[in-house]
Amino acid sequence: MTTGLETGCALLTGNATAAWAARLADVDYVPAFPITPQTEIIESLAAWSSGGEIPARVVNLDSEHSMITAAGAAAATGCRAFTATSSQGLLYAMEALYTVAGWRVPFVLVNVSRGLAAPITLEPDHNDILAARDSGCIQIHAETCQEVLDSILMGYRIAEDPRVRLPVIVNMDGFYLSFTREPVALPDPARVRAFLPAFDPGAVAFRASRPIAQGVGALGGPLYTHFRHQAHLAARNALTVHEEVATAFELEFGRSYDVIERYQMDDAEYVLVMAGSFATKAKAAIHTLRARGRRVGLLRLRLIRPWPAEAIRRELAGRRAAAVIDQNISPGLGGILFQEVAATMISSQSRPGVMRSFVGGLGGKDISPGEFMHVVDVLENSGPDEPTEPELLYTEADWSQIHPLLVIAQTPDRHSNEEAAP
Amino acid sequence: MKVKREFFRNLKELPTEELLAPGSPMCAGCGGLITLRLVLKVLGPNVVVVNAAGCLTMLAAYPYSPLRASWLYTTMGSAPAGAQGVRDALDVLIARGRLPASEDLRVVVLAGDGSTLDIGLSSMSGAIHRGLDFHYICYDNEAFGNTGFQGSSSSPFGSRTATSPAGTTQHKKDLFALWLAHRPPYAATVSAADPVDLAEKVRRSMQFRGPKLFVGLATCPPGWGIDPAQGHHVGKLALDTGIWPLKEAVHGEVRHTYVPDHLKPVEDYLQTQARFHHLFSPQRHDDILATIQNEVIGYWNEVRHREFPQTLLGELSRADLR
Repeated sequence: MTTGLETGCALLTGNATAAWAARLADVDYVPAFPITPQTEIIESLAAWSSGGEIPARVVNLDSEHSMITAAGAAAATGCRAFTATSSQGLLYAMEALYTVAGWRVPFVLVNVSRGLAAPITLEPDHNDILAARDSGCIQIHAETCQEVLDSILMGYRIAEDPRVRLPVIVNMDGFYLSFTREPVALPDPARVRAFLPAFDPGAVAFRASRPIAQGVGALGGPLYTHFRHQAHLAARNALTVHEEVATAFELEFGRSYDVIERYQMDDAEYVLVMAGSFATKAKAAIHTLRARGRRVGLLRLRLIRPWPAEAIRRELAGRRAAAVIDQNISPGLGGILFQEVAATMISSQSRPGVMRSFVGGLGGKDISPGEFMHVVDVLENSGPDEPTEPELLYTEADWSQIHPLLVIAQTPDRHSNEEAAP
Repeated sequence: MKVKREFFRNLKELPTEELLAPGSPMCAGCGGLITLRLVLKVLGPNVVVVNAAGCLTMLAAYPYSPLRASWLYTTMGSAPAGAQGVRDALDVLIARGRLPASEDLRVVVLAGDGSTLDIGLSSMSGAIHRGLDFHYICYDNEAFGNTGFQGSSSSPFGSRTATSPAGTTQHKKDLFALWLAHRPPYAATVSAADPVDLAEKVRRSMQFRGPKLFVGLATCPPGWGIDPAQGHHVGKLALDTGIWPLKEAVHGEVRHTYVPDHLKPVEDYLQTQARFHHLFSPQRHDDILATIQNEVIGYWNEVRHREFPQTLLGELSRADLR
């Protein structure tokens, strides 16, 4: 643990980084509930709070549903609130998540992605965070520990902007990021204060001198539609606000972020589209492929809500082929983000001739260099009229690892013929 | 027998100020609304009401609110957590010097029995356990009234609900006892049919920091099948038959604030309401009626034994009913 460290560069896990970001953001309030792999975040904040190192109040709630309600209610009272969860916890909180987004209150929630039950598991995929896709919360997906820190600090600026006023979820992958130490530049607290002044709720907060009603019913379709559409417009505003905040952030701290990240994109004919820390694996594979003269690039999605449609359209226009590698699965459909990318490109005259959907990395399953090579091979060998059935990334090695277990459990071997074996 | 009162001796001494304006969309004769009106009179205007989904949620429908107090609608299952967030936020802002203490508010949860005893039970339990400084107002109409009177775990034995058309076979959960198990500084049962008792208890509770329960029997004309004009009469019968005891607990010490000298037969209360008609017609269900009556007699005998051991109040029996 890094208690006592004020600024500078440190080797921090994703979880420790998230706690440091909340500390640097000078949060007032942390409602908490434990769940693996997020727990270390709230433990760090609880230790700092009880040791008097931070002024924030950390309170254990009775569930994530209560925790998100409390975070939203504190924000509705004018506090800067922070909280964190994972997986089942995010789903347990789902009703409250929609509710507080509808309240139009700003706070930052860190989700440490973890595959969803059943079967219960521990390692990451994005079905948890994408289940919150339509909640009205802003979503930023981080690839590195540094990006976790920076996205949380930027997240408060975006959330608290009067044009947005929505909760921000910063997502990181469990284990791969939450428990992996990386060098992280911790900014000077005074400079963070300059970048992120104390939250000013304006007239929308509970005060004795000024009674107000928040979260009231809106009866009738036209009125309800009005408020839902306002939330949509506010989320769209986050694209502009993100750009402004990123500019201010770069001026203050020298690190630059866009709504998407481009890697080896300039001359890329084949583009992989991904989110989260598995993009690092893709970058390594692209490095190898480039050395072999194959023009492959990566488009990493940072903002998933609001959806950066314009940037995606711009980046994919004119490419020969694109593959969306979804670290999630919508049973009966396939990858979720492929649908959104494909819908974004449908009206573009210069869309890639081939767009393919891959599902991989479920429950933290590795996506090996060979699997990335296979994806690129498929792109190179596909014609525009071929069916775009989603393909599962699953190797012979994966199969031989689980086959003995299926034999022990006497599980009928029903699915083996569907597995791709690059 | 009534206990001695410190703050309000009679109706005329209640605050005349109205903090709940008329013209809400509640049903005529809503006992929950009268309970809220009386509670707010005593708590005063510096209140934020944190509401759980239920009948009274419709009090604040954009752009109107009949309340002088602030209002936050949460969800059906997390109003106490909303109260936690508001209370903690006010405390932190005042402690950090960002808010003057004069801007502080009392935090009040307003929830029905279905939210309280079913979907919101763990959220409520958590808030009491954490020692949250708040008032919890449960308007207990003994069913999910807003959705058409389906059974809740507060529906009394034998009562008909939309989901127990032949009569509820379970017994009502004891919210007061449930609170006492959490050791709050204050808990009370109240009734809008005894406004002075209610006001006195709210005033008494204000000297305690921590969780404070008020559970009020809320007459529900459409759900109970009574004429709205009969609300007060039926509420009074609940007290006089001993079905709804008025009591309070200060740091766990329980005392009854109204001990009827003579209990009226429970049938006097049950017969006023359509939700119990099936116990009398087309044929009488003497077994069920006896179960309800015996439970009430047993309850009050225990009260007399525990709270008045030195008096001449003897064991009640069915022969004592008047």
